[in-house]
Amino acid sequence: MPKNGTGLTGKSFAVLRKDLLCEFRTRYAVNAIVLFGITTLTVVSFSVGQQSLAPEVYSAIFWIIIFFSAMSGLAHVFIREEETKTAMVLRLTADPTPVYLGKLGYNVLLLALLEAIIAPLFFILTDARLESPALFIVVLILGMIGLAGATTLIAAIISKAGVKGALFAVLSFPILLPLLIGLINATSKAFATGEVYFSAASSELQLLVSYGVIMITASLLLFEYVWEG
Amino acid sequence: MIWKILLFVLMVWVIVAAFIFPAPQQVIGEASRIFYFHIPQAWVAVVAYIVSMVASIRYLKSGAMVNDDRARVAAALGLMFSILAMITGSIFAKVTWHSFWNWDPRETSILILLLIYGAYFALRTAVIGDERRARLAAVYAVFAFLTVPFLLFVVPRVLPSLHPSDSIVDASGRFTMSWQTAAVFFPSLIAFTGLFAWIYTIRLRLCTAERLRNEEMEA
Repeated sequence: MPKNGTGLTGKSFAVLRKDLLCEFRTRYAVNAIVLFGITTLTVVSFSVGQQSLAPEVYSAIFWIIIFFSAMSGLAHVFIREEETKTAMVLRLTADPTPVYLGKLGYNVLLLALLEAIIAPLFFILTDARLESPALFIVVLILGMIGLAGATTLIAAIISKAGVKGALFAVLSFPILLPLLIGLINATSKAFATGEVYFSAASSELQLLVSYGVIMITASLLLFEYVWEG
Repeated sequence: MIWKILLFVLMVWVIVAAFIFPAPQQVIGEASRIFYFHIPQAWVAVVAYIVSMVASIRYLKSGAMVNDDRARVAAALGLMFSILAMITGSIFAKVTWHSFWNWDPRETSILILLLIYGAYFALRTAVIGDERRARLAAVYAVFAFLTVPFLLFVVPRVLPSLHPSDSIVDASGRFTMSWQTAAVFFPSLIAFTGLFAWIYTIRLRLCTAERLRNEEMEA
């Protein structure tokens, strides 16, 4: 690793930079995740057509697209280490915590890219109306952190399993369901006409923040048991 | 031995009394008798998960394989009881709400519990190597347990519920069960928990014996 930083932050950024560099060379996860998202969005737009649907339906569709796109690419960050047999070297050179934080940062960036591409296209290709951009952006950021926080540990688990294909979605879905319920409810508040967006969605926003904090904290505690074996 | 005989007497009492005593809920009527079996099953499904989670934490701390056996056996029983709770709940839902499935918060919770159990066993079958399987499954069981507070406290506030919530405590938190209902419900809760404990000890002995035999054959 070039210019190996000292301290937790430095080491985490070193892992993150290494992963971004690997990704930049192959572009496997970015291609998978973004193309999957665009394909699903196109199918949705094609089948919905010119009908205008209720805000709740639009927000559900939006998060279904993000969820399945995320499932197609987020596990790659750990599977790559096992496939290229570099996991052992990484275990020797770095502690579990910076490895987890680096990989978490990488998945957050990947989701940020996905959302930055899918969200504008979603409003172009469907008749959904964005009534509160500020609330929507806050929900997108919280969703990104929650999704990455819960799935990065699952990605580490399945990279050690023999059969990887469908296992990632199977293991992630029950854990992500409370998050998805909160995200869909909060987003439908941003899509519907109203006057007080943030206070209307306050209980959902509390759910999303506490979910992110709990999942990342638990992952930090549990990651070393997955990574050391 | 004595507590197995007691369990038998208790179970017989629950089964007989559940059908001859007045129905627990006057508005719903005869269909509400399923309450005596449905709630204890759902209760055992949750208790089994807590047993499994505690055993998983102890496995991660100590590395003793017997804790992995405990976690696996409890999870298998939890899977069975959550399926039973789901079936009895669906029958009740069909009779009272005219639909087998309504996405009521508690239905959502039991479905997620079932999915977690399913995912737990899917993970166990996909991992090669006993230690690694035990460790990954334990991490998953502990991690998935964190969704429980969200399901119990947060989701019911976000989604509306159809569940008859006044059957045990009313809106002001007062205990509303009649003495006949209580005389069946609490023995039923104890009997189902005892049944779980009984099957659990038998299965655990079997699992440990199998594991020891395999270890001996490998050695």
